[in-house]
Amino acid sequence: MLSIAILIATTLVCISLVLNLWRLFKGPSRPDRILALDTMYINSIALIILFGISSATALYFEAALLIAMLGFVSTAAMCKYILRGDLIE
Amino acid sequence: MGFWIELLVSISLVIGAVFVFIGSLGLAKLPDFYTRLHAPTKATTLGMSCLLITSAVLATYQQGYLSLHELLITLFLLITAPVTAHMLAKTAMHHDVEIMNGTSYKELSVRAKERTTP
Repeated sequence: MLSIAILIATTLVCISLVLNLWRLFKGPSRPDRILALDTMYINSIALIILFGISSATALYFEAALLIAMLGFVSTAAMCKYILRGDLIE
Repeated sequence: MGFWIELLVSISLVIGAVFVFIGSLGLAKLPDFYTRLHAPTKATTLGMSCLLITSAVLATYQQGYLSLHELLITLFLLITAPVTAHMLAKTAMHHDVEIMNGTSYKELSVRAKERTTP
């Protein structure tokens, strides 16, 4: 039962990654593209956590935490760059 | 593994994945940027919390001692999602991203744009 649930969850997360990629290519404005990238890194954390559950190790936790931190920093940096035209003034 | 813990973990995994999917569907289908901002900020964060807490419960059950690693990621995502949404909304306002017709109090965006404090 757990393996079927993991399969369903992985399929849903992969479909949502494809939807984010579509918005990343189509997005009419630049904040749209940043939002799509932000959602993509959150969904990739979900994929890593699901893979960690299916292989029953706690090894992938550090990778998920690193992706979360770097993703937030990169989103903040991109917003700041678009807003002010410069990162460190 | 016991039957009931497996049932609980399976159901909450599927619920979390459905919330993540709803967030991305909203990102793809909603009409303008300010409405699109709602879907990943709320639904995806809720779904991720569900998935990560499920993972923590499963790790606690399998290893035999309390495992709170995933709660750290949950807390981090819950803190950073509003900050990201606020910065993105401010960026979009400064770039005059098109606001959909039918938005009430549309003229307030001009005042918000003029304001210089963060």
